[in-house]
Amino acid sequence: MSHSTVPRSSAEASTPVKTAAASGDAAGPREKRVTGRLSLRQRFRRDRVLILMTLPAILLLLVFNYLPILGNIVAFQDYDPYISDNGIVSILHSPFVGLENFQRMFEDSAFWNAVENTLVLFFVQLLLFFPIPVLLALLINSVVRPRVRAVAQAVLYLPHFFSWVLVIAVFQQMFGGAGMLSQLLRQNGHDGLNIMTNPDTFPFLLTAQSVWKDAGWGIIVFLAALASVSPDLYEAAAMDGAGRWRRMWHITLPALRPVIALLLVLRVGDALTVGFEQILLQRDGVGPGAGEVLDTFVWWNGVRNQDFGYAAAAGLVKGVVSIGLVLAANKVAHLMGEQGVYQK
Amino acid sequence: MTAVIDKPAGTPRRWAAPPRPTWEEEPSRAGLAAKGIALSFACLAILFPLWIVVVTSLSSRRTINEAGGLVLVPKDVTFIAYQELLSGGQVTRAALVSIFVTLFGTLFSMTVSVLCAYGLSRSGTLGHRWILMTLLATMFFSAGLIPTYLLVQSLGLTDSYLALILPSAISVFNILVLRGFFMGISQELIDSARIDGAGDIRILLRIVMPLSRAVLAVITLFYAVGYWSAWFNASLYLNQQDMMPLQNVMIQLVQRQEAPVGLGQAIKTGQLSGLAVQMAVMVMALLPVAVLSPFVQRHFKKGMLTGAVKG
Repeated sequence: MSHSTVPRSSAEASTPVKTAAASGDAAGPREKRVTGRLSLRQRFRRDRVLILMTLPAILLLLVFNYLPILGNIVAFQDYDPYISDNGIVSILHSPFVGLENFQRMFEDSAFWNAVENTLVLFFVQLLLFFPIPVLLALLINSVVRPRVRAVAQAVLYLPHFFSWVLVIAVFQQMFGGAGMLSQLLRQNGHDGLNIMTNPDTFPFLLTAQSVWKDAGWGIIVFLAALASVSPDLYEAAAMDGAGRWRRMWHITLPALRPVIALLLVLRVGDALTVGFEQILLQRDGVGPGAGEVLDTFVWWNGVRNQDFGYAAAAGLVKGVVSIGLVLAANKVAHLMGEQGVYQK
Repeated sequence: MTAVIDKPAGTPRRWAAPPRPTWEEEPSRAGLAAKGIALSFACLAILFPLWIVVVTSLSSRRTINEAGGLVLVPKDVTFIAYQELLSGGQVTRAALVSIFVTLFGTLFSMTVSVLCAYGLSRSGTLGHRWILMTLLATMFFSAGLIPTYLLVQSLGLTDSYLALILPSAISVFNILVLRGFFMGISQELIDSARIDGAGDIRILLRIVMPLSRAVLAVITLFYAVGYWSAWFNASLYLNQQDMMPLQNVMIQLVQRQEAPVGLGQAIKTGQLSGLAVQMAVMVMALLPVAVLSPFVQRHFKKGMLTGAVKG
């Protein structure tokens, strides 16, 4: 975070002293060493426009990200939505029940089912989704013709911009009860097949959807890592007699290793969040037995059953565990010498 | 794609491979073929379903009945499904709602984000670190669905389009990408403008934004796609059927197989195929995205990486 680690430009890094701006007030060059000489009031006068510019965004975050944190208090209440039309008024008048909601939750088999589904999905996705962008990136990177590359990339990126509603609709038309696959099977004298509502294969269906939607998009970061590899390394290796595969093994893959490691760590930190929209849209089709994850558990109990205190308790537990995981993941990323989500 | 890779000499230059470094081996025919097949497969897996959706939406009821469902090869193309959907009624209204929310939402999000990103891009500013921390912290936690839901209701945003825009108006990630890009603009340029008497607003509008067209295009697309694809907030906060955006109507038509209001009769009496109607709604949802994203595509990498999160 310190200024010296992130020079805005190479020129600035080498010539830190600038001519003072002549905008009438005390505006000096915005360099750390110089700001030290200005008083707080002078600095505020100088920077007031910039501070004002950040205000709308800060306000939005305060209202819609920070303020609701206080609302988690309903997790400790027997929240009654019918006290008032206004949720805040209801919170103020609902009785506190301590940890009753949490106790009920830990005894609820539906909750543990959701936990199990969440973890199963996370591992299936990690195993079957994660390697695909790396392989695709290697494939695209080996294509040398610029036009072929551009066309392939445009096609591969495309589904990332589709909504989950559309992606699932497309899958339904292909693999649903009335879809292309069933149609083909029936025309050849077999029974139709509805993969979309089969609870046993649900994690694989979800992973296939994620792959279709986002595997192409995932290659961007790997392509960038590959583009930054110096061609000299390849040339030197070739001079030393390394063949195509040896160069891939000893130069290309090591170049990807830090990115792969970082993404893995961050993904693990996000383990409890597995495709809320995607799963919610298909929850009714497969039933909660296979289709309930922690996020949909909160949605079902809160929004649908109006059991707000209970749902908020589940959401709070998930949120707290998630923060712990993310912070731990970032710590690991830093220990590996990577930047993580934030920089120290 | 295979054909393109293996094309004989004499193809247009822009498809040609750049010269190969002398130390690199000539690719083997088998290797090229394997690569071509893998790439074609990946692209076909994406394009084939879209092709079917588009073709079926353009098919008459007779063609669809003959094919026994989805249509692979276009035959007597008709726009009847689109005509019906766009001649007023539920889907037309939903499409207009989506367009409206996307336009205003994107404009709002971009204004707030660009201002914030520029405000934070000049380091050494008073309070700069605190403001940045306020932003960054939200990347680690979310308040949770239920408290957010109660808050939006308490603010009286239920059954208002503001509920589709305000709660998810800004993405901190997007702001950081913009900020990273703005920080890359040389300080000399900005200082010289300041000497010429330009204030921060003028510098932003006249110097920083014109120099950041690539990243602005990328972030605008991100926001626009976000608004266009959103359905969850509408399902939470809107109760009135005729306020629903396109994605929510698509859920009803395609997932729950309900006939659109006003068209049920036309489908039952056989003038129109229900399947074609479903497909036409899907095409309406994917078309803007499919048309726009390739134009912005060449900036993705640049935009994403120069903006890589830097405190």
